[in-house]
Amino acid sequence: MLEKTGVPTPEQVKRAAPTEDRLKKGPVAVVECFQSIPCDPCQYACNQGAIKEFVDINDVPIIDHEECNGCGICISQCPGLAIFVIDATYSEDKGLVKVPHEYTPLPEKGEVVTGLDMAGNEACDAEVVKVQSAKSLDRTPVVWLAVPHDCLMKVRGFRRKGGAE
Amino acid sequence: MRCSREGVSLLRKTEIAVVGGGPAGLSAALTAVRQGANVTLVDRDPILGGQLVKQTHMFFGSKRQYAAIRGIDIPAELIAALEKEGGDRINMLLDTTVLGYYDDGSLLIEKDEQARVLYPERVIFATGAAEKMLPFPGNDLPGVYGAGAVQTLMNVYGIKPGNRVLMIGAGNIGLIVSYQLVQAGVEVAAIIEGAPKIGGYLVHASKIRRAGIPILTSHTIVEAKGAESVEGAVICKLDENWNSIPGTEQTLDVDVICLAVGLSPLTELVWQACCEQVYVPELGGYVPKRNERMQTSLPNIYVAGDVAGIEEASSAMICGKIAGLYAADDLGYSNNMEQLSAEFNRELNELRAGEAGAKIRQGLEKLSGGGRVC
Ligand SMILES: Cc1cc2nc3c(=O)[nH]c(=O)nc-3n(C[C@H](O)[C@H](O)[C@H](O)COP(=O)(O)OP(=O)(O)OC[C@H]3O[C@@H](n4cnc5c(N)ncnc54)[C@H](O)[C@@H]3O)c2cc1C
Ligand code: SF4
Ligand code: SF4
Repeated sequence: MLEKTGVPTPEQVKRAAPTEDRLKKGPVAVVECFQSIPCDPCQYACNQGAIKEFVDINDVPIIDHEECNGCGICISQCPGLAIFVIDATYSEDKGLVKVPHEYTPLPEKGEVVTGLDMAGNEACDAEVVKVQSAKSLDRTPVVWLAVPHDCLMKVRGFRRKGGAE
Repeated sequence: MRCSREGVSLLRKTEIAVVGGGPAGLSAALTAVRQGANVTLVDRDPILGGQLVKQTHMFFGSKRQYAAIRGIDIPAELIAALEKEGGDRINMLLDTTVLGYYDDGSLLIEKDEQARVLYPERVIFATGAAEKMLPFPGNDLPGVYGAGAVQTLMNVYGIKPGNRVLMIGAGNIGLIVSYQLVQAGVEVAAIIEGAPKIGGYLVHASKIRRAGIPILTSHTIVEAKGAESVEGAVICKLDENWNSIPGTEQTLDVDVICLAVGLSPLTELVWQACCEQVYVPELGGYVPKRNERMQTSLPNIYVAGDVAGIEEASSAMICGKIAGLYAADDLGYSNNMEQLSAEFNRELNELRAGEAGAKIRQGLEKLSGGGRVC
């Protein structure tokens, strides 16, 4: 249970997931923030209006996946590191998970790393397709991981094969 | 020939003295100088910012109160505004400790082992908080640290506290400091928490979990092991009445035990001034009584930030603004009072409105006994 372990339940993950139809259309953000906390940067990050305007700063964010174009701007704006972008259209057998990553040293493009699930367990191998670390991201780089399709809603982090996170 | 007493200015007058240059004190000083008052800001540290200088993570809270900006970057903005807008109305005394408050309203301050006296017309105490300790055998061994000390070592001085850490406490501080330890390349064996639920924000907990760090709720520390310093920690499970469950003990191989079991308001100066205080566990212990102007039972003394109740930087900044506004108002600097006070109060209420603010609301209710406080 989330409150006991920090790991979201399968139901919560499912509720946050975009529909199969939406996934087929291209990249889309998933917001895995399930608790009412006084926090609101995500609604200001999105200029597509995909993240619904908050009535109260304590609102749990609601995203309209149809409005979201998957640009990924919101990923590094979320202090909870709770937003990811999923792109199921990357290739025949693989999709992309774009994860915020604040551990150094950053991986290299092309490097194969171990994809970790929400509990920190190994999920699958993942290939680093891109590392975004522009200054505008304010020290929260975003790493693009190519993983098998069945791991798109599982992988949320990674460990470098050398042992480092 | 005239006798020169240059450099020996023993007395100093000021309209408002702000004690503590964390987010609360900085905001109080800024608001007061904006209103037109003369302010002396005193902090015992060599740099301003209080707790914020250690917070390398992005802040939660309202975008308006600097959320998504890293804690370490917030003081710079406030200090720049103070310097720019304060002009010769702001005086900042760093490396300067306030040692005492006297009945005539003066403050005894110490810098470079020299004592001086400051004569302010109003005082705003924004001294922040102190960390709580936890009693267990071996808690005096080297290697047992408070979370604040670990953060200072890592984030201010760039020193690793050890190789493998047991974190005690899964509130926001325990979760954030664990994350920062991992970022610094230190292994965190586990985070244990006595309560059956994680107290901190769950998004923090989740990000630590996916780094592979277990969070064990309903667990406590039995003892620290080691002869000269920490060599291990024995932990065990708790039942729903917080009693240890025999046979559940396990030993973790760690060289650091980090305590993040809460903060209590740093109220020594407020005690000394004899401001009326009330014990409110929801606010972290004894806190000074105050009205909606952040004014204590002594009309010349105001409080703001963690010293007035353990909360957050965002609310500390707003309470600081309120204290600065009214301390200045009291001295006749009363521009735009209605609009500013309405704005600050609205921001504060918004922050405290939700689930996460329930505890604070309860605490304030107790403190006010039905009346109005901030
Ligand atoms: C690990 C951690 C993470 C946090 N994360 C967040 C977050 O994400 N969002 C958020 O909103 N808040 C966060 N906070 C809380 C926030 O940092 C505090 O609530 C806030 O700093 C309180 O501000 P303050 O000005 O009251 O006190 P402080 O920041 O503690 O400042 C008090 C100042 O007073 C000075 N002082 C004390 N006594 C004296 C004296 N006698 N003479 C002179 N100077 C004195 C001290 O040197 C210090 O500079 C976090 C806190 C911690 C520890
Ligand atoms: S990915 Fe882009 S469009 Fe989608 S929610 Fe985030 S910022 Fe908005
Ligand atoms: S910014 Fe992130 S942590 Fe804050 S409410 Fe939005 S999704 Fe949740």
